[in-house]
Amino acid sequence: MDLTEFLIKTATIFVVFVLTLVIAMYSTWAERKVAGFIQDRMGPNRAGWGGLLQPLADAGKMFFKEDFIPALANKWLFIAGPSLAMLTALLASAVIPFGSTFRFDGHEVVLQGVESNIGILYVFGVVALGVYGIMVGGWASNNKFSLLGAIRAASQNISYEVAMGLSLIAILMMSSSLSLGEIVAQQHGGNWNIFYQPLGFIIFITCSFAECNRVPFDLPECETELVGGYHTEYGSMKLGFYLFAEYINMFVSSAIISVLYFGGYNYPGMDWVYTQLTGSFGPELGHNIATLIGTAVFFGKALFFIFFYMWVRWTIPRFRYDQLMNLGWKKLIPLAIFNIIITGAAVLFLKPVITAWLN
Amino acid sequence: MNSSISFFYFLSFLTVLSALMVILSRNPIHSVLYLILTFFTLSGHYILLNAQFLAAVNIIVYAGAIMVLFLFVIMFLNMKQDHEEAKTNLTKIAATIVGGTVFVILFGAYRKSVIPTYNPEQFDSQIGMIENLGALLFRDYLLPFELVSILLLVAMVGAVMLGKREIGERHF
Repeated sequence: MDLTEFLIKTATIFVVFVLTLVIAMYSTWAERKVAGFIQDRMGPNRAGWGGLLQPLADAGKMFFKEDFIPALANKWLFIAGPSLAMLTALLASAVIPFGSTFRFDGHEVVLQGVESNIGILYVFGVVALGVYGIMVGGWASNNKFSLLGAIRAASQNISYEVAMGLSLIAILMMSSSLSLGEIVAQQHGGNWNIFYQPLGFIIFITCSFAECNRVPFDLPECETELVGGYHTEYGSMKLGFYLFAEYINMFVSSAIISVLYFGGYNYPGMDWVYTQLTGSFGPELGHNIATLIGTAVFFGKALFFIFFYMWVRWTIPRFRYDQLMNLGWKKLIPLAIFNIIITGAAVLFLKPVITAWLN
Repeated sequence: MNSSISFFYFLSFLTVLSALMVILSRNPIHSVLYLILTFFTLSGHYILLNAQFLAAVNIIVYAGAIMVLFLFVIMFLNMKQDHEEAKTNLTKIAATIVGGTVFVILFGAYRKSVIPTYNPEQFDSQIGMIENLGALLFRDYLLPFELVSILLLVAMVGAVMLGKREIGERHF
Protein backbone atom coordinates (compact mmCIF):
# COMPACT_ATOMS: atom_id res chain seq x y z
CA MET A 1 0.00 0.00 0.00
CA ASP A 2 1.61 3.27 -1.04
CA LEU A 3 1.26 6.65 0.61
CA THR A 4 -1.69 8.07 -1.38
CA GLU A 5 -3.77 4.98 -0.79
CA PHE A 6 -2.82 5.02 2.89
CA LEU A 7 -3.83 8.68 3.21
CA ILE A 8 -7.18 8.07 1.49
CA LYS A 9 -7.81 5.07 3.74
CA THR A 10 -7.00 7.13 6.84
CA ALA A 11 -9.30 9.90 5.64
CA THR A 12 -12.07 7.35 5.00
CA ILE A 13 -11.77 5.88 8.49
CA PHE A 14 -11.73 9.36 10.02
CA VAL A 15 -14.80 10.44 8.03
CA VAL A 16 -16.66 7.26 9.01
CA PHE A 17 -15.81 7.87 12.66
CA VAL A 18 -16.89 11.53 12.61
CA LEU A 19 -20.06 10.75 10.66
CA THR A 20 -21.04 8.05 13.14
CA LEU A 21 -20.62 10.47 16.03
CA VAL A 22 -22.45 13.34 14.33
CA ILE A 23 -25.36 11.13 13.27
CA ALA A 24 -25.62 9.71 16.78
CA MET A 25 -25.54 13.26 18.20
CA TYR A 26 -28.30 14.49 15.94
CA SER A 27 -30.31 11.32 16.57
CA THR A 28 -30.88 12.63 20.11
CA TRP A 29 -32.33 15.81 18.59
CA ALA A 30 -34.36 13.85 16.05
CA GLU A 31 -35.67 11.56 18.78
CA ARG A 32 -37.14 14.51 20.66
CA LYS A 33 -38.53 16.08 17.51
CA VAL A 34 -40.16 12.79 16.48
CA ALA A 35 -41.51 12.32 20.01
CA GLY A 36 -42.88 15.86 19.89
CA PHE A 37 -44.51 15.27 16.51
CA ILE A 38 -46.11 11.99 17.61
CA GLN A 39 -47.35 13.45 20.89
CA ASP A 40 -48.60 16.63 19.16
CA ARG A 41 -46.18 19.12 20.72
CA MET A 42 -43.23 21.16 19.49
CA GLY A 43 -40.15 19.36 20.77
CA PRO A 44 -36.93 21.33 21.43
CA ASN A 45 -37.03 24.71 19.67
CA ARG A 46 -35.05 27.17 21.82
CA ALA A 47 -31.34 26.51 21.10
CA GLY A 48 -30.66 27.46 17.51
CA TRP A 49 -33.02 27.22 14.54
CA GLY A 50 -35.58 24.50 15.24
CA GLY A 51 -33.56 23.42 18.28
CA LEU A 52 -30.61 22.34 16.12
CA LEU A 53 -28.05 23.36 18.76
CA GLN A 54 -29.82 21.31 21.44
CA PRO A 55 -27.32 18.37 21.29
CA LEU A 56 -24.43 20.80 21.93
CA ALA A 57 -26.32 22.34 24.85
CA ASP A 58 -26.97 18.87 26.29
CA ALA A 59 -23.33 17.89 25.91
CA GLY A 60 -22.22 21.10 27.63
CA LYS A 61 -24.60 20.46 30.51
CA MET A 62 -23.41 16.85 30.85
CA PHE A 63 -19.76 17.90 30.94
CA PHE A 64 -20.25 20.53 33.64
CA LYS A 65 -22.21 18.33 36.03
CA GLU A 66 -20.47 16.90 39.06
CA ASP A 67 -18.66 13.69 38.19
CA PHE A 68 -19.84 11.52 41.07
CA ILE A 69 -18.68 8.04 42.07
CA PRO A 70 -20.61 6.28 44.87
CA ALA A 71 -18.56 5.51 47.99
CA LEU A 72 -19.03 1.73 47.93
CA ALA A 73 -18.72 1.35 44.16
CA ASN A 74 -15.82 -0.45 42.54
CA LYS A 75 -14.10 2.66 41.25
CA TRP A 76 -12.19 1.34 38.23
CA LEU A 77 -14.96 -0.84 36.93
CA PHE A 78 -17.43 2.01 37.49
CA ILE A 79 -15.36 4.10 35.07
CA ALA A 80 -14.72 1.15 32.74
CA GLY A 81 -18.45 0.51 32.23
CA PRO A 82 -19.34 3.55 30.08
CA SER A 83 -15.95 3.41 28.34
CA LEU A 84 -16.58 -0.18 27.28
CA ALA A 85 -20.06 0.73 26.10
CA MET A 86 -18.69 3.52 23.88
CA LEU A 87 -15.77 1.38 22.62
CA THR A 88 -17.89 -1.55 21.52
CA ALA A 89 -20.49 0.75 19.95
CA LEU A 90 -17.88 2.55 17.84
CA LEU A 91 -15.96 -0.58 16.78
CA ALA A 92 -18.75 -2.00 14.63
CA SER A 93 -18.83 0.76 12.01
CA ALA A 94 -15.35 -0.21 10.74
CA VAL A 95 -16.54 -2.87 8.28
CA ILE A 96 -19.71 -1.22 6.94
CA PRO A 97 -19.46 -0.49 3.19
CA PHE A 98 -20.69 3.09 2.81
CA GLY A 99 -20.31 3.23 -0.96
CA SER A 100 -18.61 1.54 -3.88
CA THR A 101 -15.18 2.88 -4.88
CA PHE A 102 -13.38 6.17 -5.34
CA ARG A 103 -11.09 6.55 -8.34
CA PHE A 104 -8.12 8.78 -7.72
CA ASP A 105 -5.03 8.99 -9.94
CA GLY A 106 -5.52 5.44 -11.11
CA HIS A 107 -6.09 4.17 -7.56
CA GLU A 108 -9.32 2.47 -6.70
CA VAL A 109 -10.19 2.94 -3.02
CA VAL A 110 -13.14 1.17 -1.39
CA LEU A 111 -15.36 3.41 0.71
CA GLN A 112 -15.16 1.12 3.72
CA GLY A 113 -12.98 1.21 6.83
CA VAL A 114 -11.68 -2.36 6.54
CA GLU A 115 -12.57 -4.76 3.73
CA SER A 116 -12.57 -8.08 5.53
CA ASN A 117 -13.70 -11.50 4.33
CA ILE A 118 -15.37 -12.12 7.69
CA GLY A 119 -17.13 -8.74 7.92
CA ILE A 120 -20.48 -9.95 9.19
CA LEU A 121 -18.85 -12.20 11.78
CA TYR A 122 -16.85 -9.21 13.01
CA VAL A 123 -20.05 -7.19 13.44
CA PHE A 124 -21.67 -10.11 15.23
CA GLY A 125 -18.68 -10.44 17.58
CA VAL A 126 -18.67 -6.74 18.42
CA VAL A 127 -22.42 -6.80 19.06
CA ALA A 128 -21.90 -9.76 21.38
CA LEU A 129 -19.38 -7.69 23.34
CA GLY A 130 -21.77 -4.76 23.71
CA VAL A 131 -23.31 -6.22 26.82
CA TYR A 132 -20.07 -5.97 28.84
CA GLY A 133 -20.32 -2.20 29.23
CA ILE A 134 -23.77 -2.53 30.78
CA MET A 135 -22.89 -5.55 32.95
CA VAL A 136 -19.64 -4.15 34.29
CA GLY A 137 -21.18 -0.74 34.99
CA GLY A 138 -24.30 -2.20 36.59
CA TRP A 139 -22.33 -4.49 38.87
CA ALA A 140 -19.72 -1.88 39.83
CA SER A 141 -22.44 0.55 40.98
CA ASN A 142 -23.03 -1.67 44.05
CA ASN A 143 -26.77 -1.09 43.85
CA LYS A 144 -29.37 -3.85 43.66
CA PHE A 145 -31.45 -2.08 41.02
CA SER A 146 -28.39 -1.52 38.84
CA LEU A 147 -27.40 -5.16 39.22
CA LEU A 148 -30.90 -6.32 38.26
CA GLY A 149 -30.83 -4.05 35.21
CA ALA A 150 -27.42 -5.41 34.20
CA ILE A 151 -28.58 -9.02 34.63
CA ARG A 152 -31.66 -8.31 32.55
CA ALA A 153 -29.56 -6.70 29.82
CA ALA A 154 -27.20 -9.69 29.75
CA SER A 155 -29.89 -12.35 29.56
CA GLN A 156 -31.85 -10.38 26.98
CA ASN A 157 -28.83 -9.85 24.74
CA ILE A 158 -27.74 -13.50 24.92
CA SER A 159 -31.27 -14.72 24.15
CA TYR A 160 -31.79 -12.49 21.15
CA GLU A 161 -28.28 -13.04 19.77
CA VAL A 162 -29.24 -16.66 19.06
CA ALA A 163 -32.23 -15.74 16.91
CA MET A 164 -30.22 -12.94 15.24
CA GLY A 165 -27.42 -15.32 14.30
CA LEU A 166 -29.89 -17.86 12.94
CA SER A 167 -31.64 -15.23 10.79
CA LEU A 168 -28.22 -14.16 9.44
CA ILE A 169 -27.44 -17.74 8.40
CA ALA A 170 -30.26 -17.64 5.82
CA ILE A 171 -28.66 -14.54 4.25
CA LEU A 172 -25.25 -16.22 4.24
CA MET A 173 -26.68 -19.32 2.56
CA MET A 174 -27.96 -17.12 -0.27
CA SER A 175 -24.87 -14.94 -0.69
CA SER A 176 -22.29 -17.67 0.14
CA SER A 177 -19.98 -14.96 1.41
CA LEU A 178 -19.31 -13.39 4.81
CA SER A 179 -17.93 -10.15 3.42
CA LEU A 180 -20.31 -7.22 3.72
CA GLY A 181 -18.93 -5.59 0.56
CA GLU A 182 -19.61 -8.80 -1.38
CA ILE A 183 -23.15 -9.11 0.05
CA VAL A 184 -23.94 -5.54 -1.07
CA ALA A 185 -22.41 -6.06 -4.51
CA GLN A 186 -24.59 -9.14 -5.03
CA GLN A 187 -27.74 -7.08 -4.42
CA HIS A 188 -27.01 -4.90 -7.46
CA GLY A 189 -29.86 -4.46 -9.93
CA GLY A 190 -32.88 -4.67 -7.64
CA ASN A 191 -31.92 -8.06 -6.18
CA TRP A 192 -32.45 -6.78 -2.65
CA ASN A 193 -32.46 -9.48 -0.02
CA ILE A 194 -35.69 -8.18 1.50
CA PHE A 195 -37.59 -9.69 -1.44
CA TYR A 196 -36.09 -13.12 -0.77
CA GLN A 197 -35.94 -12.96 3.02
CA PRO A 198 -38.99 -11.12 4.39
CA LEU A 199 -39.28 -13.43 7.41
CA GLY A 200 -35.56 -13.22 8.12
CA PHE A 201 -35.78 -9.44 7.96
CA ILE A 202 -38.59 -9.31 10.53
CA ILE A 203 -36.64 -11.58 12.89
CA PHE A 204 -33.46 -9.57 12.38
CA ILE A 205 -35.05 -6.18 13.03
CA THR A 206 -36.84 -7.48 16.15
CA CYS A 207 -33.55 -8.83 17.47
CA SER A 208 -31.74 -5.58 16.73
CA PHE A 209 -34.35 -3.70 18.75
CA ALA A 210 -33.60 -6.06 21.63
CA GLU A 211 -29.82 -5.78 21.18
CA CYS A 212 -29.98 -1.97 21.27
CA ASN A 213 -32.17 -2.09 24.41
CA ARG A 214 -34.77 0.07 22.69
CA VAL A 215 -38.50 0.18 23.39
CA PRO A 216 -40.37 -2.24 23.35
CA PHE A 217 -37.40 -4.18 24.77
CA ASP A 218 -35.88 -1.59 27.12
CA LEU A 219 -36.34 -3.77 30.20
CA PRO A 220 -32.75 -3.10 31.46
CA GLU A 221 -33.68 0.52 32.23
CA CYS A 222 -37.33 -0.04 33.02
CA GLU A 223 -38.05 2.88 35.35
CA THR A 224 -41.34 1.59 36.75
CA GLU A 225 -39.63 -1.52 38.13
CA LEU A 226 -35.93 -0.72 38.46
CA VAL A 227 -35.67 3.06 39.20
CA GLY A 228 -33.23 3.68 36.33
CA GLY A 229 -31.87 0.22 35.63
CA TYR A 230 -28.15 -0.25 35.06
CA HIS A 231 -27.36 3.47 35.01
CA THR A 232 -29.17 4.41 38.23
CA GLU A 233 -25.94 5.49 39.96
CA TYR A 234 -24.47 7.24 36.96
CA GLY A 235 -24.45 10.97 36.36
CA SER A 236 -22.58 13.55 34.33
CA MET A 237 -20.77 12.50 31.15
CA LYS A 238 -20.62 8.84 32.25
CA LEU A 239 -24.40 8.68 31.94
CA GLY A 240 -24.04 10.65 28.72
CA PHE A 241 -21.72 7.98 27.31
CA TYR A 242 -24.24 5.24 28.09
CA LEU A 243 -27.06 7.12 26.38
CA PHE A 244 -24.80 8.09 23.49
CA ALA A 245 -23.65 4.50 22.98
CA GLU A 246 -27.30 3.53 22.55
CA TYR A 247 -27.69 6.02 19.71
CA ILE A 248 -24.46 4.87 18.05
CA ASN A 249 -25.74 1.28 18.29
CA MET A 250 -28.96 2.42 16.65
CA PHE A 251 -27.10 3.98 13.74
CA VAL A 252 -24.83 0.97 13.30
CA SER A 253 -27.70 -1.49 13.34
CA SER A 254 -29.69 0.66 10.90
CA ALA A 255 -26.68 0.68 8.58
CA ILE A 256 -26.31 -3.11 8.92
CA ILE A 257 -30.01 -3.61 8.16
CA SER A 258 -29.78 -1.50 5.02
CA VAL A 259 -26.59 -3.33 3.96
CA LEU A 260 -27.97 -6.81 4.53
CA TYR A 261 -31.56 -6.44 3.36
CA PHE A 262 -31.97 -3.20 1.41
CA GLY A 263 -29.05 -3.27 -0.99
CA GLY A 264 -26.77 -0.78 0.80
CA TYR A 265 -25.67 1.82 -1.76
CA ASN A 266 -27.65 0.23 -4.62
CA TYR A 267 -30.72 2.04 -5.90
CA PRO A 268 -33.08 1.47 -8.83
CA GLY A 269 -31.75 2.87 -12.09
CA MET A 270 -28.18 3.28 -10.86
CA ASP A 271 -26.67 1.82 -14.03
CA TRP A 272 -28.42 4.47 -16.14
CA VAL A 273 -27.22 7.25 -13.79
CA TYR A 274 -23.69 5.79 -13.91
CA THR A 275 -23.53 5.80 -17.74
CA GLN A 276 -24.94 9.32 -17.88
CA LEU A 277 -22.43 10.63 -15.33
CA THR A 278 -19.38 8.90 -16.80
CA GLY A 279 -20.54 10.03 -20.24
CA SER A 280 -20.68 13.70 -19.30
CA PHE A 281 -17.91 14.00 -16.65
CA GLY A 282 -15.39 11.38 -17.79
CA PRO A 283 -14.63 7.99 -16.21
CA GLU A 284 -12.93 9.37 -13.10
CA LEU A 285 -15.06 12.28 -11.91
CA GLY A 286 -18.30 10.68 -13.12
CA HIS A 287 -17.49 7.49 -11.21
CA ASN A 288 -16.78 9.48 -8.06
CA ILE A 289 -20.04 11.44 -8.35
CA ALA A 290 -21.98 8.19 -8.90
CA THR A 291 -20.31 6.76 -5.78
CA LEU A 292 -21.30 9.85 -3.79
CA ILE A 293 -24.93 9.50 -4.93
CA GLY A 294 -24.85 5.85 -3.85
CA THR A 295 -23.45 6.85 -0.44
CA ALA A 296 -26.21 9.44 -0.05
CA VAL A 297 -28.79 6.75 -0.87
CA PHE A 298 -27.17 4.48 1.71
CA PHE A 299 -27.39 7.16 4.40
CA GLY A 300 -31.00 7.84 3.41
CA LYS A 301 -31.84 4.18 4.04
CA ALA A 302 -29.95 4.11 7.34
CA LEU A 303 -31.63 7.33 8.52
CA PHE A 304 -35.03 5.89 7.62
CA PHE A 305 -34.37 2.95 9.92
CA ILE A 306 -33.25 5.30 12.71
CA PHE A 307 -36.59 7.05 12.23
CA PHE A 308 -38.28 3.65 12.37
CA TYR A 309 -36.63 2.97 15.74
CA MET A 310 -38.02 6.25 17.06
CA TRP A 311 -41.43 5.70 15.54
CA VAL A 312 -41.70 2.34 17.32
CA ARG A 313 -40.40 3.81 20.56
CA TRP A 314 -43.15 6.41 20.78
CA THR A 315 -45.91 4.06 19.60
CA ILE A 316 -45.56 0.69 21.32
CA PRO A 317 -45.59 0.07 25.09
CA ARG A 318 -42.96 -2.01 26.85
CA PHE A 319 -43.11 -5.82 27.07
CA ARG A 320 -43.27 -7.67 30.36
CA TYR A 321 -40.10 -9.63 31.07
CA ASP A 322 -41.61 -13.12 30.68
CA GLN A 323 -43.24 -12.01 27.43
CA LEU A 324 -39.82 -10.87 26.20
CA MET A 325 -38.22 -14.23 27.02
CA ASN A 326 -41.13 -16.19 25.51
CA LEU A 327 -40.93 -14.17 22.31
CA GLY A 328 -37.18 -14.69 22.02
CA TRP A 329 -36.91 -18.39 22.80
CA LYS A 330 -40.28 -19.88 21.87
CA LYS A 331 -41.24 -17.82 18.81
CA LEU A 332 -38.24 -16.19 17.14
CA ILE A 333 -35.78 -19.10 17.35
CA PRO A 334 -38.18 -21.72 15.85
CA LEU A 335 -39.20 -19.18 13.20
CA ALA A 336 -35.54 -18.53 12.34
CA ILE A 337 -34.82 -22.27 12.06
CA PHE A 338 -37.90 -22.66 9.83
CA ASN A 339 -36.59 -19.78 7.71
CA ILE A 340 -33.23 -21.53 7.32
CA ILE A 341 -34.91 -24.75 6.17
CA ILE A 342 -37.12 -22.89 3.68
CA THR A 343 -34.13 -20.96 2.34
CA GLY A 344 -32.06 -24.11 2.00
CA ALA A 345 -34.86 -25.88 0.12
CA ALA A 346 -35.38 -22.86 -2.14
CA VAL A 347 -31.67 -22.54 -2.94
CA LEU A 348 -31.42 -26.26 -3.70
CA PHE A 349 -34.66 -26.94 -5.61
CA LEU A 350 -36.46 -23.73 -6.55
CA LYS A 351 -33.50 -21.68 -7.81
CA PRO A 352 -32.42 -24.11 -10.63
CA VAL A 353 -36.04 -24.39 -11.81
CA ILE A 354 -36.55 -20.61 -11.93
CA THR A 355 -33.22 -19.89 -13.60
CA ALA A 356 -33.93 -22.62 -16.20
CA TRP A 357 -37.39 -21.13 -16.79
CA LEU A 358 -36.07 -17.58 -17.16
CA ASN A 359 -33.41 -18.61 -19.66
CA MET B 1 13.17 -7.64 13.85
CA ASN B 2 10.22 -7.44 11.51
CA SER B 3 6.86 -6.11 12.60
CA SER B 4 4.96 -9.38 12.87
CA ILE B 5 7.61 -10.82 15.21
CA SER B 6 7.43 -7.75 17.44
CA PHE B 7 3.64 -8.02 17.39
CA PHE B 8 4.00 -11.65 18.37
CA TYR B 9 6.21 -10.84 21.36
CA PHE B 10 3.94 -8.02 22.49
CA LEU B 11 0.82 -10.21 22.23
CA SER B 12 2.51 -13.12 23.98
CA PHE B 13 3.57 -10.83 26.82
CA LEU B 14 0.00 -9.57 27.16
CA THR B 15 -1.42 -13.11 26.99
CA VAL B 16 0.86 -14.47 29.71
CA LEU B 17 0.36 -11.39 31.87
CA SER B 18 -3.45 -11.47 31.67
CA ALA B 19 -3.51 -15.26 32.15
CA LEU B 20 -1.42 -14.81 35.30
CA MET B 21 -3.71 -12.04 36.51
CA VAL B 22 -6.69 -14.42 36.15
CA ILE B 23 -5.32 -16.61 38.92
CA LEU B 24 -3.59 -13.88 40.95
CA SER B 25 -6.38 -11.32 41.34
CA ARG B 26 -8.47 -11.74 44.49
CA ASN B 27 -11.73 -10.36 43.10
CA PRO B 28 -13.51 -13.01 40.99
CA ILE B 29 -15.04 -10.33 38.71
CA HIS B 30 -11.53 -9.07 37.94
CA SER B 31 -10.48 -12.65 37.19
CA VAL B 32 -13.30 -13.01 34.66
CA LEU B 33 -12.44 -9.70 33.01
CA TYR B 34 -8.77 -10.73 32.73
CA LEU B 35 -9.89 -14.04 31.22
CA ILE B 36 -11.83 -12.08 28.57
CA LEU B 37 -8.65 -10.08 27.88
CA THR B 38 -6.80 -13.39 27.49
CA PHE B 39 -9.31 -14.52 24.86
CA PHE B 40 -8.80 -11.26 23.00
CA THR B 41 -5.04 -11.67 22.92
CA LEU B 42 -5.48 -15.28 21.74
CA SER B 43 -7.65 -13.95 18.91
CA GLY B 44 -4.80 -11.58 18.10
CA HIS B 45 -2.51 -14.62 17.78
CA TYR B 46 -5.01 -16.25 15.42
CA ILE B 47 -5.03 -13.13 13.24
CA LEU B 48 -1.22 -13.19 13.17
CA LEU B 49 -1.50 -16.78 11.90
CA ASN B 50 -3.92 -15.54 9.18
CA ALA B 51 -6.81 -17.52 10.66
CA GLN B 52 -9.39 -14.75 10.77
CA PHE B 53 -12.43 -17.00 10.97
CA LEU B 54 -11.04 -18.72 14.05
CA ALA B 55 -10.31 -15.32 15.62
CA ALA B 56 -13.85 -14.05 15.06
CA VAL B 57 -15.46 -17.27 16.28
CA ASN B 58 -13.24 -17.27 19.36
CA ILE B 59 -14.50 -13.78 20.22
CA ILE B 60 -18.15 -14.60 19.49
CA VAL B 61 -18.30 -17.91 21.34
CA TYR B 62 -15.93 -17.40 24.27
CA ALA B 63 -15.84 -13.66 24.94
CA GLY B 64 -19.36 -12.99 23.69
CA ALA B 65 -21.37 -15.85 25.12
CA ILE B 66 -19.57 -18.09 27.60
CA MET B 67 -17.83 -15.36 29.57
CA VAL B 68 -21.07 -13.36 29.79
CA LEU B 69 -22.61 -16.38 31.50
CA PHE B 70 -19.58 -16.67 33.83
CA LEU B 71 -19.92 -13.01 34.75
CA PHE B 72 -23.66 -13.49 35.14
CA VAL B 73 -23.25 -16.28 37.70
CA ILE B 74 -20.45 -14.60 39.63
CA MET B 75 -22.43 -11.36 39.94
CA PHE B 76 -25.26 -13.30 41.58
CA LEU B 77 -22.95 -14.94 44.13
CA ASN B 78 -22.38 -11.75 46.16
CA MET B 79 -18.79 -12.54 47.14
CA LYS B 80 -17.07 -10.36 49.68
CA GLN B 81 -13.31 -10.07 49.51
CA ASP B 82 -12.73 -10.27 53.28
CA HIS B 83 -14.97 -13.30 53.78
CA GLU B 84 -12.67 -15.70 51.99
CA GLU B 85 -12.63 -18.91 54.05
CA ALA B 86 -9.23 -20.07 55.24
CA LYS B 87 -7.94 -23.18 53.49
CA THR B 88 -6.76 -26.04 55.71
CA ASN B 89 -3.22 -27.37 55.41
CA LEU B 90 -4.50 -30.64 53.92
CA THR B 91 -6.14 -28.81 50.99
CA LYS B 92 -3.00 -26.77 50.44
CA ILE B 93 -0.79 -29.89 50.34
CA ALA B 94 -3.22 -31.71 48.03
CA ALA B 95 -3.42 -28.71 45.72
CA THR B 96 0.37 -28.47 45.58
CA ILE B 97 0.71 -32.17 44.71
CA VAL B 98 -1.96 -32.01 41.98
CA GLY B 99 -0.57 -28.81 40.50
CA GLY B 100 3.01 -30.15 40.57
CA THR B 101 1.95 -33.38 38.87
CA VAL B 102 0.17 -31.50 36.11
CA PHE B 103 3.26 -29.33 35.63
CA VAL B 104 5.53 -32.39 35.40
CA ILE B 105 3.19 -34.04 32.88
CA LEU B 106 3.01 -30.90 30.74
CA PHE B 107 6.77 -30.45 30.86
CA GLY B 108 7.34 -34.08 29.90
CA ALA B 109 4.88 -33.79 27.02
CA TYR B 110 6.62 -30.61 25.88
CA ARG B 111 10.02 -32.32 25.91
CA LYS B 112 8.73 -35.39 24.07
CA SER B 113 6.76 -33.50 21.43
CA VAL B 114 8.17 -33.10 17.95
CA ILE B 115 7.25 -29.83 16.27
CA PRO B 116 6.49 -30.55 12.60
CA THR B 117 8.53 -28.53 10.17
CA TYR B 118 7.06 -26.80 7.16
CA ASN B 119 8.42 -25.64 3.88
CA PRO B 120 8.11 -21.83 3.60
CA GLU B 121 8.27 -22.05 -0.20
CA GLN B 122 5.21 -24.27 -0.51
CA PHE B 123 3.25 -23.10 2.54
CA ASP B 124 -0.26 -21.96 1.63
CA SER B 125 -0.87 -18.77 3.61
CA GLN B 126 -4.58 -18.86 2.72
CA ILE B 127 -5.17 -22.15 4.58
CA GLY B 128 -6.91 -20.44 7.51
CA MET B 129 -9.34 -18.44 5.38
CA ILE B 130 -13.00 -19.33 5.77
CA GLU B 131 -13.46 -20.66 2.22
CA ASN B 132 -10.63 -23.19 2.60
CA LEU B 133 -11.71 -24.09 6.10
CA GLY B 134 -15.28 -24.71 4.93
CA ALA B 135 -14.18 -26.84 2.01
CA LEU B 136 -11.96 -28.90 4.33
CA LEU B 137 -14.69 -29.36 6.96
CA PHE B 138 -17.47 -30.30 4.57
CA ARG B 139 -15.36 -32.47 2.26
CA ASP B 140 -12.55 -34.25 4.10
CA TYR B 141 -13.87 -34.14 7.65
CA LEU B 142 -17.62 -34.41 7.04
CA LEU B 143 -18.26 -37.39 9.31
CA PRO B 144 -16.45 -36.00 12.41
CA PHE B 145 -18.18 -32.67 11.82
CA GLU B 146 -21.64 -34.26 11.75
CA LEU B 147 -20.83 -36.40 14.80
CA VAL B 148 -19.79 -33.32 16.75
CA SER B 149 -23.04 -31.61 15.80
CA ILE B 150 -25.01 -34.63 17.09
CA LEU B 151 -23.00 -34.45 20.33
CA LEU B 152 -23.91 -30.77 20.69
CA LEU B 153 -27.58 -31.57 20.01
CA VAL B 154 -27.53 -34.23 22.72
CA ALA B 155 -25.95 -31.77 25.16
CA MET B 156 -28.65 -29.22 24.34
CA VAL B 157 -31.46 -31.73 24.87
CA GLY B 158 -29.86 -32.71 28.17
CA ALA B 159 -29.68 -29.09 29.29
CA VAL B 160 -33.35 -28.57 28.44
CA MET B 161 -34.27 -31.73 30.35
CA LEU B 162 -32.33 -30.56 33.44
CA GLY B 163 -33.87 -27.11 33.32
CA LYS B 164 -37.41 -28.34 32.76
CA ARG B 165 -39.93 -27.74 35.50
CA GLU B 166 -41.17 -30.93 37.18
CA ILE B 167 -44.92 -31.50 37.43
CA GLY B 168 -46.27 -29.80 40.53
CA GLU B 169 -43.01 -27.91 41.21
CA ARG B 170 -43.17 -24.14 41.57
CA HIS B 171 -40.19 -21.84 41.17
CA PHE B 172 -41.86 -18.59 42.17
